[in-house]
Amino acid sequence: MSIFTKIAHFYIDGFKNMKVGKKLWLIIAIKLFIFFFVLKLFFFPDILQTQFSNDKDRANFVIENITK
Amino acid sequence: MDNSLLVELSRGQFALTALYHWLFVPLTLGLSFIIAIMETIYVKTGNPEWKKITKFWMGLFAINFAIGVATGIIMEFEFGTNWSNYSWIVGDLFGAPLAIEGLMAFFMESTFFAVMFFGWDKVSKKAHLLSTWLVAIGSNLSALWILLANGWMQHPVGMKFNVDSARFEMTNFFDLVFNPTAVSKFLHTISSGYVMGSLFVVGISSWYLLKKRDVLFAKRSIIVAASFGLITSIFLITTGDESAHEVALKQPLKLAAMEGLYEGEKRAGIVAIGQLNTKKEIGDTSQDEFIWKIEIPYALSFLGYRDFNAFVPGINELVYGSKEHNIEPVSVKMTKGKIALNALRTYKDTKKIGNKEGAKIALKEFRMYEKYLGYGYLKDPKQIVPPIGITFYSFHIMVGLGSWFTALFLLMLYFSMVGKIETKKLLLRSALFSIPLGYIAGETGWIVAEVGRQPWAIQDMLPVGIATSQLDTNAVIITMSLFTVVFTALLIAEIKIMLTQIKIGYKED
Repeated sequence: MSIFTKIAHFYIDGFKNMKVGKKLWLIIAIKLFIFFFVLKLFFFPDILQTQFSNDKDRANFVIENITK
Repeated sequence: MDNSLLVELSRGQFALTALYHWLFVPLTLGLSFIIAIMETIYVKTGNPEWKKITKFWMGLFAINFAIGVATGIIMEFEFGTNWSNYSWIVGDLFGAPLAIEGLMAFFMESTFFAVMFFGWDKVSKKAHLLSTWLVAIGSNLSALWILLANGWMQHPVGMKFNVDSARFEMTNFFDLVFNPTAVSKFLHTISSGYVMGSLFVVGISSWYLLKKRDVLFAKRSIIVAASFGLITSIFLITTGDESAHEVALKQPLKLAAMEGLYEGEKRAGIVAIGQLNTKKEIGDTSQDEFIWKIEIPYALSFLGYRDFNAFVPGINELVYGSKEHNIEPVSVKMTKGKIALNALRTYKDTKKIGNKEGAKIALKEFRMYEKYLGYGYLKDPKQIVPPIGITFYSFHIMVGLGSWFTALFLLMLYFSMVGKIETKKLLLRSALFSIPLGYIAGETGWIVAEVGRQPWAIQDMLPVGIATSQLDTNAVIITMSLFTVVFTALLIAEIKIMLTQIKIGYKED
């Protein structure tokens, strides 16, 4: 058995034998979905990344803001 | 749009996220070491009972870790939305530490966590033990990079402001890493996590003793956790003292607010307990600072400046200045800050029209006054004062609880060693009810650190009002409500799953 197969079996067996762990993984999956697909996409867009295409424009925008 | 409402909402949103995040982190920091110690005892003695004990606490550690993992990511989202100016300005400085933190957490979690949870009986005892210790050390190192970033905001060092890119750029990595404010903050924060982990183990073990079940398991757990808790709570006090010393040197207004000190004095005492006089205002000398107080004489001068006779400046001196003590009035700093701000504007405008000589002169003037830049945004010298009531009471709650925890660990350890712990029902109940107190102490500590440094996002350089993004206030209210719901659900899930596991007890794998 190669080292990669051994590592794969290590993880697969580990996940299979979990009891409370399965519930926890489900919570982690739901949570990451909410964080990255719901909150990040719809509610937390990065303003400077989405409104400007390059660092020069971003810098100009910020310098305008802080010297208003 | 009412900008002050937007700033307060953005601050409130960030504070709520951070406070929720901090419900999960300290237990990870502390419990990981307690588990490692328990497993070390198992490997040393070969007693399978210690393996069961280790696995039980490891199960609760896993629940807390799984529920808490990635809760900090919301704060990073908020940097991009609510704090875009700030985020851009510090991007070059924080990029490296936060990337190291991310990589470290990823590699540690995907390798050593897996060995720790799946590796029982599959790898050697020593390899498993090594993984458990590496998880503990890795979790704590992960916290290091975050706290270095926070320490920099409290006392910015090792950087230079680039007027073209509008960013602080790192000039010396080691200045940032060995920033005394950051180092003392890191040590104080992780030691508070160790105390929280110890309180958790001692408290739950006490519940078992009160229920007269799993007695030997509970006693053994108490011995380990109370020993670890006693040592680390003493370390917590030491690092707290160092942290307060740093605050005295770098953020004297925060110290004055922590102590409700309006009028500075030599041989200043620390208020052990007291009630602030809410009628007292900045600059008003006719009212007393406190309705009543119990004070430890000379202690503030010594703890703040390592000298019993040292002068500790009060809020009034720090706002209005003092020639006698060589303290510059905020109004003068504001004038210098406005010169820096005007020079920055002139630099930007002259550069835009291609006037190189004009830009050079403006830049030279900016460099002369740039350390006052943040003061240029203030409209009233009193704006420099953080909320005194919340800072004072949070600080005193934190210190009072920290002292209680040290006494609790000492008593728990003593009565465990003399074999009388089961008979001390009041002490056992106190230990159980000290679990939520540990969380309160941790949260109030962060309130002191962050509310106490207002109005600054970056000390003396950038006030929160300039750091924030121009957003619709309704959008902030909606996102704040959303994450409150998500985090509360996660917290309820954690408590429910944990309580179920605790009721099952340690014999079940």
